[in-house]
Amino acid sequence: MMEIFAMGEYSSFVWSSYLLTFLVIIFNAVHVRYRHRQIMNEIKRRLNLEKVNE
Amino acid sequence: MWKFLHKLASPPYFYVLAKKIIPWLSIFALGLITYGTISGLFFTPPDYQQGDAFRIIYVHVPAAYLSILAYMIMAISAGIGLIWRIKLSHAITASAAPLGAWFTFLALATGSIWGKPMWGTWWEWGDPRLTSELIMLFLYFGYIALRSAIDDTMKADRASAVLILVGVINVPIIHFSVEWWSSLHQGPTLIRQDGPTIDPTMLYPLLAMIIGFSLLFTALLLFRVRSEVLYRERRSRWVRNLLLPPVQSI
Repeated sequence: MMEIFAMGEYSSFVWSSYLLTFLVIIFNAVHVRYRHRQIMNEIKRRLNLEKVNE
Repeated sequence: MWKFLHKLASPPYFYVLAKKIIPWLSIFALGLITYGTISGLFFTPPDYQQGDAFRIIYVHVPAAYLSILAYMIMAISAGIGLIWRIKLSHAITASAAPLGAWFTFLALATGSIWGKPMWGTWWEWGDPRLTSELIMLFLYFGYIALRSAIDDTMKADRASAVLILVGVINVPIIHFSVEWWSSLHQGPTLIRQDGPTIDPTMLYPLLAMIIGFSLLFTALLLFRVRSEVLYRERRSRWVRNLLLPPVQSI
């Protein structure tokens, strides 16, 4: 079973490139959500300030 | 058709529609990438020359493909923004830049990891494919830096759109670099006049990965454009109503 994970002599090259790719994808998937929430909160804060000043 | 496009370019309509599309894109992307990864890593036979190292193709080619696709999307939307002054198109250009930069980085990094065992070097300055792809990474960085240096959004949109359009010259150079100059990098495998030169068992996972990555890219791009549109329209009535719903009086 472990043989198919071995990738012969190139094991470290194959696995590191896949690992890097999926880290970048996961980072981006998390980051776009975080950024959206941040922008929403920023606008909300500003709108609330305006409301108080009115 | 024109009516629909017009409606689509309206920020509030786009904002709601994109939210509905993103989950579907993500599901299909996840399915294709899962299939491509599993069969690319475990079910396709090793290459007769490269052994298991060729499996890097399943992450390297989609990343490289997206690095160019993102640039083309930016160039087209920058052009539309400059000519017709459609607000949404500048938002798309600005949102695609960081994603394009990430996938360019990924293409360079996985290519480097692939190059070490196959060519005996991580990097070769004399190679036109490698160098032109690196120039594209700097074009993305330049675009992002230029935008952040200009406070006025409309001025930033126009100046950075010109930069992207000038940089388009690099795209055909990247594509044809492996044909015009002798290079360490191998020639085209998929897009060639006599058809793909890769066995179907290796081709299908690759196509799945390319389509899956493209769908994923589209989902990430739409997500970013939504944030960008919200920020750009922060003073408008629809954003106010969306974030601070008017209180119903009894």
